[in-house]
Amino acid sequence: MHWLKQTYDWFERRLQLEGPIKETVLHPVPRNTASWWYVFGSASFVLLMLQIATGILLAIVYVPSAGEAWNSLQVLNQQLPLGWFLRAMHGWGSNFMVAVVLIHMAQVFLFGAYKFPRELTWILGVFLLLMTLGMAFTGQVMRFDQDAYWGLGIGASIVARVPLVGGALVNLLLGGPIIAGPTLTRFFALHVFVIPGLMLAFAGLHIWMVIVLGINDWPMPGRIVRRSTYVQEYKELTHKDGIPFVPGAVWKDMMFSAAILFAVALCAAVWGPFGPTGVPDPTIIQTVPKPDFYFLWIYTILSFLPENLETPFILIAPIVGIGFLLALPLFAGEGEKSWRRRPIAVLSITVLAVGFAVCQHLGTYTPWSPEMQAWSGDAVPIRYVHTATPLGRQGQIVFQEKQCRNCHMLGGVGGQRGPALDGVATRLTYDQLVRQVLQGGGNMPAYGKNLSPPQVTALVSFLETLHPEGQRPAQDASQQYISSGELDPPHSASQ
Amino acid sequence: MSDEKEVSRRWLLVSIGVLLNGAVALLIATPVVGYLLGPIRKNGGYDSWIDLGDFSQFPLGQTRLASFVNPKSMPWDGATSKAACWVRRVQDQKFQVFAINCAHLGCPVRWFPQSELFMCPCHGGVYYADGSRAAGPPPRGLFEYNYKVQNGKLMIDGGQMPTLSTTAAVRKGSSECTG
Repeated sequence: MHWLKQTYDWFERRLQLEGPIKETVLHPVPRNTASWWYVFGSASFVLLMLQIATGILLAIVYVPSAGEAWNSLQVLNQQLPLGWFLRAMHGWGSNFMVAVVLIHMAQVFLFGAYKFPRELTWILGVFLLLMTLGMAFTGQVMRFDQDAYWGLGIGASIVARVPLVGGALVNLLLGGPIIAGPTLTRFFALHVFVIPGLMLAFAGLHIWMVIVLGINDWPMPGRIVRRSTYVQEYKELTHKDGIPFVPGAVWKDMMFSAAILFAVALCAAVWGPFGPTGVPDPTIIQTVPKPDFYFLWIYTILSFLPENLETPFILIAPIVGIGFLLALPLFAGEGEKSWRRRPIAVLSITVLAVGFAVCQHLGTYTPWSPEMQAWSGDAVPIRYVHTATPLGRQGQIVFQEKQCRNCHMLGGVGGQRGPALDGVATRLTYDQLVRQVLQGGGNMPAYGKNLSPPQVTALVSFLETLHPEGQRPAQDASQQYISSGELDPPHSASQ
Repeated sequence: MSDEKEVSRRWLLVSIGVLLNGAVALLIATPVVGYLLGPIRKNGGYDSWIDLGDFSQFPLGQTRLASFVNPKSMPWDGATSKAACWVRRVQDQKFQVFAINCAHLGCPVRWFPQSELFMCPCHGGVYYADGSRAAGPPPRGLFEYNYKVQNGKLMIDGGQMPTLSTTAAVRKGSSECTG
């Protein structure tokens, strides 16, 4: 083994790295920060490394050409040994990375880690989050399938809403007038060179600051951060009750990173790569574009915003949100770190997490989108056909043929854009049904021009039968009186 | 004294070096900004007349999908050089040509001849046969291309993905435009 030592010495004599490395790995950290709560940052970095490694391996084969990208993905998926697995690792790696980065951010927020003197660490972290999301979006474009194509269309339509320079931004984003070859190449440059380069630089500075400023001490209620005293207090803490980072804390980081990498590989092996979905041919319109997992919440928000709020919201909310995140350590750089004494912080995280989860969940089944095939694919439930009058059956045909089913469920099947109609007769009277069909309203188009009077009669006669057994349909009370003859209608004498 | 002088002389040289490099960088980089901003053209700058084929192939009173190759395209565009539009033949030589892109966020709208509605698969925008907004989040009706019939051919004035701010190819009339 003598030669090994000699070789080491030969290199060390020239590199002189032993000193700084030893100092870094052995620097003392507060004992209670060697916690499982402190593993998400290192896991994010490990995932970034995984993305770079798998990304390079994919770039060996991938062709960043609008005409060939989709085919090269097919080759990766189908023909090259383990090509599918690398694509799957890269895709699942990105999902995990977005998730772990968000958890990391929530954790450091709740632990008050953004406070003095770590403000800049947090600010760089915000940029790292934005770049992670930027990688996620540009990565979806790399897949260059139908979802990528129409996702770019959504992106272009969003930037088009910027006042004055919207049109220029569309051209700039797409690299020309339409989504095509130049669009893919510029997104390729962003995804492969620009953003990863910036990310490495930012992540390097981020970690450098963690080392030189020390890892955030475990927040204790009542231990207030003050600019004048904090550094001294932290130094005392690490010396009184500190342990060397290696091996004291690092083993938990390593365990967790290994577990995350294993989870990525497991997901990749079990569920395989993402897409590509259909070829990016804009003349094929039988498509239901959907963003990748990380952007489903935006997709949801865009479908629920009132029309007149949409443009202001799209343009202002991100600026306010990012501005708030960047400014947070500057106006809240001192004070309590412990989440036990920061109810608003806990509440904000809870509200954001619940809101995010709800939006994500809604985004998975998009109740606001019409079900394009329902009118021809989903039959009228048999129980309605059984009991229908001839006119009612005619109405069922109208109901299916006029695509009502695309937006309305019957028997639990169909679109969810409008209300399910199984009990509609208990909510609307005959007259109200006719009015709703002819004039529309709410989110329903008016069918007055598209239906003949006999079709309307048949349709409404069917809709009138849609009420649970034993529950009477809605009725106009005045009509009842009139038809029963108990009360003479006014003016009856003159008629 | 002489030391200080020497130092300041060296610093002067450093400053000159910085200036020189700055000037060279500016000289080289300025045209490159033009390279980066190259794709930007004023509204309508990409548009030209596009041939959709014989106008007689579009049946009277119906709405049909037509596709064309975008006039500005690259050899490596593949299928993405193509674009589609909905052609509605109202009268003999009177047409309405709608962009495929929903006015909300650009998804491809689908025509349903039975209910005479365009529906968008993304966020549920719905339009009537004449392109006007029927329901859902779109802020206006469908984008409509200018057209002309020339030598029996139906031509549209297009070439750019229509969005709320790239609508030069779009006629004003058809929609209940709000802004």
